[in-house]
Amino acid sequence: MEKIIGEPKKAFMTGNETIAWACLAAGADIMFGYPITPQNEVMHYWTRLAPKYNKGFLQTEDELSAGFTTCGAVQAGKKAFTATAGPGNVLMQEPFGMAEAMRLPVLAIIQQRGGPSSGTVIYSQQEVTLTTFGGNGEGHRIVYSTATHQELYDYVIKGFNTAWKYRFPTFVLGDGYQAKMREPLEMYEPLDKGIELVEAYPLIGVPGQIGVDREPQHLCNIYSLEEELYDVVMQMSEEYESISPDIIEFQAKDCEDAEIIIISHGVVSRVADDAVKILRAQGIKAGYFRPITLRPFPRQQLKDVIANSSAKQILIAESAYGQLERLVKQEIYGETVKINNLFMPGVGIIDFDIINKVKSII
Amino acid sequence: MGMIAPATPKSWYLPSKPHKFCPGCGHGITLKALGEAIDELDIQQQTIFGCDIGCSLLAWNFFACDSTQTHHGRTTPVMAGIKRARPELITIGYMGDGGGYSIGSQHLLNAAVRNEKVTLILVNNTNYGMTGGQMAPTTLPGQITETTPYGRDAEATGYPTRGPEFIAEVTPEGAYVARATVSKYKQLRRLIRNAIRNQMEGNGFSFVEVLSTCPTNWRTNAHQTWNFLEEKMEEYFPVGEIKSPLGKGDK
Repeated sequence: MEKIIGEPKKAFMTGNETIAWACLAAGADIMFGYPITPQNEVMHYWTRLAPKYNKGFLQTEDELSAGFTTCGAVQAGKKAFTATAGPGNVLMQEPFGMAEAMRLPVLAIIQQRGGPSSGTVIYSQQEVTLTTFGGNGEGHRIVYSTATHQELYDYVIKGFNTAWKYRFPTFVLGDGYQAKMREPLEMYEPLDKGIELVEAYPLIGVPGQIGVDREPQHLCNIYSLEEELYDVVMQMSEEYESISPDIIEFQAKDCEDAEIIIISHGVVSRVADDAVKILRAQGIKAGYFRPITLRPFPRQQLKDVIANSSAKQILIAESAYGQLERLVKQEIYGETVKINNLFMPGVGIIDFDIINKVKSII
Repeated sequence: MGMIAPATPKSWYLPSKPHKFCPGCGHGITLKALGEAIDELDIQQQTIFGCDIGCSLLAWNFFACDSTQTHHGRTTPVMAGIKRARPELITIGYMGDGGGYSIGSQHLLNAAVRNEKVTLILVNNTNYGMTGGQMAPTTLPGQITETTPYGRDAEATGYPTRGPEFIAEVTPEGAYVARATVSKYKQLRRLIRNAIRNQMEGNGFSFVEVLSTCPTNWRTNAHQTWNFLEEKMEEYFPVGEIKSPLGKGDK
């Protein structure tokens, strides 16, 4: 594959630009997109870079079309991706559902904006429920929630690999703050870091001659019998659960002696990290836990962290009204630790907010 | 003399035969014409056949070609995505009038405007067959359906969509647009073949609407069915090529 980055290099750029470069480095072939803030610059940078590297782009008529053209392109064996946000993410649940049903290795970048409805255009963490469990399925998706530009770069590359290795639709869940702000990161060729890129392969238009050395490929997502669908979904569930240990990622710090563990994801985890340091400097033993994969969720890891700590309480901090909290609660059902929350739907959270909240409950 | 069995197109997938369409349905005729066109053009190996939801979905494993199912109205973008990813493949989307002209109309319009190099075959039977016979965009004025039990009132629900005429307006030169009918088989096969050839030549968007029959939901006998097709439908929806970049000698 053509080298894109060359020697590892420091960059200072927006998250959306980072994503476009990461897609190139990951060997993406084609993007399908429709304008919506705050992901637009993913398209802007991709359309500037793509022709220089013989890559494709199509601006579709809406997000339904962007999602379904992406599905078509991956069926044909190309690394295709899309990016969207907010109401666009709502529309894309239909193609994402088909990707789930047909095990299509679609990669989607979601830059969360405020909701409900058109909400606000830059920031929130209110697309957690939609991205993890949207659609009329069972949430057989892989969702990475990033916090930094370095992670945007790393997880876009990883996301393509995860999608094509396991064939579950994969999401990099960012937000408008990550999309729009500039910060430093290191860009690199995946191979230079020992990351082998998983090869794409076609599901239709496959090699061989029909009737000579192969049968026709008839892909389907609808079944005549309830039992047929049951078998498909049960098989999918089993596979999803069996691969989950390989996919789950999380971070935990300072939890062993903690009185309270702060749980957060995405950019909020950066201020949670700061808050823990400040609280500890003030003599309050706080701990930090961050799921990086929201699907599959680090269930056992969080249970273990709680069990191995002296924490009697947890605090869930998010820029949404309980979307992370619902995930956490369903995953750690049975734990007796007290659950507190800091819900700030659609607005940023700073260390001060978390510190105040902790002090009010400890 | 004994009976001569009609020849089966080579591109048909025999394990899925006999097909599952209702007796008297026009899908079988349309798919026979399509199969013969695929055979004549010798493109079975590089054809990707995409099916919409509804009765057209019953064709999902009809051919010994690679195929994919999509969602209602979404066959157009899926075929566009495949074609853009692998231009060497020949993509044939198959849908009904509800999928193409109603729930997927934004995709059909924009694929046509963009002159996507795909072939779409839209079967117009003036109703939603699979869901039980509701009004479609193509239901004729006065026609009784499950959601127009007193007949379609054009004042309240609009007039039937003339799809090919509309697509011909929005496509650039190079597009192929035609309307065929299952009552004129040779013409049907020729127009479908032209619509595929037009994609193979890279000329542009290729679209054939096929007037078809639905005796199950029309609640018509054989005579009434054919009469409705030839008298009522073909009067409202004129049959023939509307736009073609292919030379006259090829017709």
